[in-house]
Amino acid sequence: MTSLRRRLFLVLFAATGLIWLCAVAWISITSRAELEHVLDARLQEAARMVHSLVAGGNLSTTPPAPLSPEGYERQLSCQIWSLDGRLLARSSGAPEEALSAPAQGFSSRVVNGEDWRVFTITDTEKGVRVMVGDRVGLRDRLVRDLIAGLLAPALLIAPLLALLIWAVLARGFAPLSRMASEIAARDGEDIRPVAVDHAPSEVRPLLGALNSLFAKVEAARQHERDLTAFAAHELRTPLAGLKTQAQIALAAPDAAIRDDALRQILVSVERSARLVRQLLALARLEAAPAQKPSEEAVPVGPALREIVHHSPAAPGIVVEIDPALDDLARKVDREALHLVLRNLHENALQHVTGPGGIRWRRIPHGVCVEDDGPGIPEDELPRVAERFFRGRNKSLSGSGLGLTIATLAAGRMGARLDLANRADGTGLRVRILWPDAHGA
Amino acid sequence: MRILVVEDDPVLMNGLRVGLALSGATVDGVTSCADAEAAISAGGFDAVVLDAMLPDGSGFDVLARLRAAHDTTPVLMLTALDETPDRVRGLDAGADDYLGKPFDLDELAARLRAIARRGHGRAAPVLRAGGLLLDPATLAATLDGTHVPLSRREFAVLAALMERPGIIRSRAEIEERMYGWQEEVESNAVEVHIHNLRAKIGRDAIETVRGLGYRMRAGA
Repeated sequence: MTSLRRRLFLVLFAATGLIWLCAVAWISITSRAELEHVLDARLQEAARMVHSLVAGGNLSTTPPAPLSPEGYERQLSCQIWSLDGRLLARSSGAPEEALSAPAQGFSSRVVNGEDWRVFTITDTEKGVRVMVGDRVGLRDRLVRDLIAGLLAPALLIAPLLALLIWAVLARGFAPLSRMASEIAARDGEDIRPVAVDHAPSEVRPLLGALNSLFAKVEAARQHERDLTAFAAHELRTPLAGLKTQAQIALAAPDAAIRDDALRQILVSVERSARLVRQLLALARLEAAPAQKPSEEAVPVGPALREIVHHSPAAPGIVVEIDPALDDLARKVDREALHLVLRNLHENALQHVTGPGGIRWRRIPHGVCVEDDGPGIPEDELPRVAERFFRGRNKSLSGSGLGLTIATLAAGRMGARLDLANRADGTGLRVRILWPDAHGA
Repeated sequence: MRILVVEDDPVLMNGLRVGLALSGATVDGVTSCADAEAAISAGGFDAVVLDAMLPDGSGFDVLARLRAAHDTTPVLMLTALDETPDRVRGLDAGADDYLGKPFDLDELAARLRAIARRGHGRAAPVLRAGGLLLDPATLAATLDGTHVPLSRREFAVLAALMERPGIIRSRAEIEERMYGWQEEVESNAVEVHIHNLRAKIGRDAIETVRGLGYRMRAGA
């Protein structure tokens, strides 16, 4: 059952009904006991009354015609027996058979198929035995009528009670349905927080959760918008540069301007080609399923030297490679390792603009690279691995994808990247850390 | 026409410098929000080409701060975001025009001429002083229907004087219109150009106001 209102209604209604039933049971038990007590007292009193009226042995033996009892009339039956067992007298409606075995006091007996409750007085002086009894069936009927009298109004009131509970619940749930219709009326763009101030305290945690979800959705959307904006900027700006330079080359009146424009076009095409290469690498990394660890251990040192060889450093930049890296080999996907190393190296190359160095070193659990570039402003460190994010210290030819690719590729080979500014001066320090020591 | 270009991409910046100079503009370039705000508040630009995404912030914010400070310099937003909502946002933020990347160089130059013209309170594309007509789009000048050959610098000086007929232009103002920041200003260049211009369009066309500068003679 999903409707809270229906569930509450049923629970409330059932609880009320149960309480009523308990009350009925309790009343019927107590009133039956009370009734028994009262009726027994009446039997006893009636027997004493008859006994006191009886003069010893002078009763006529002509019994009156028995009548079948109707209603509660003739409820009591009376017999007077002589001690030698002759029926001396009986009231109308009393059976001819003895109501009780010769005894004294209360007893129960079945006479002619009916249950009787009898009080007997035996008087040896007068030589009579007086028996007064009533039918147990009649007693039960009395109790039944009493209970029915209690239940009838209850049953009549039950639908009214149900209606009342239903209406009260509707009123109680009104704030919920108001809120629901307010949220339902919104379009998909509207994810402002729902007002919590006037909400019932039970609903507030739910609204709080809803609002925090809204906030998360908004943040995700904003992130998506930023990403689209970054991507559009990074893709379209080089195109705009290319087009402008091409138009200059076509329109320029003198050869020097034309040649310069063509050189700019070359630079731009090279940058665009690198951007395309990185986009493809990114797409491959994102599409590829998680790699099984390679069987073959890939040595880091030679891989690094090959990359450094293919990315010539500008004059004045010194690249150092720790010889200890030659002994470091890990069972990882070769392509992922190359992507990490190449992108970190290119990133360092782009940021070391003046004379300075790039140092690759072996450290416990991994590899570390340090450069003499400007580093990354502390507030931008958490964001530099985002796609297309280029911070304040961005290089002129970067794409904003290098560190994204390096981070993803590191994850692909079970490692993680740790980016920090060097403690001993300017420049960035990136560590490739394998959490475990396997395969080292 | 003196233009400030705010763009951090080196190839595009180079293209804008060279390309806009080919259409007769004097171009200065900056690469960050901070530099852009400093340059614009120093004044003297007929129009600004503003990129939206800069390394130290958003071009939209620069624009908003500019307009909040009651700066009326015409601004053309040049951005990679050129969906309709982006254009609307840019124009509503105070931009005078909006162009998405990649763009056509000639169109950009024409749009800049248009917003610069409006910035000077003119609607007509051709500058006119008596029988002298100056067309910034073609860099051509005619005097009573006859073509007057002008160098790029001469054109800039004449345009500066004719944009606001009757207003005195100081020597420094005219120099600003002729040279970008990186260009070497030749001493007495203004005098030399004025002298040459007078030879081409008539001795009385440009009036020297001693100690203040130059202006176009009203009846010329």
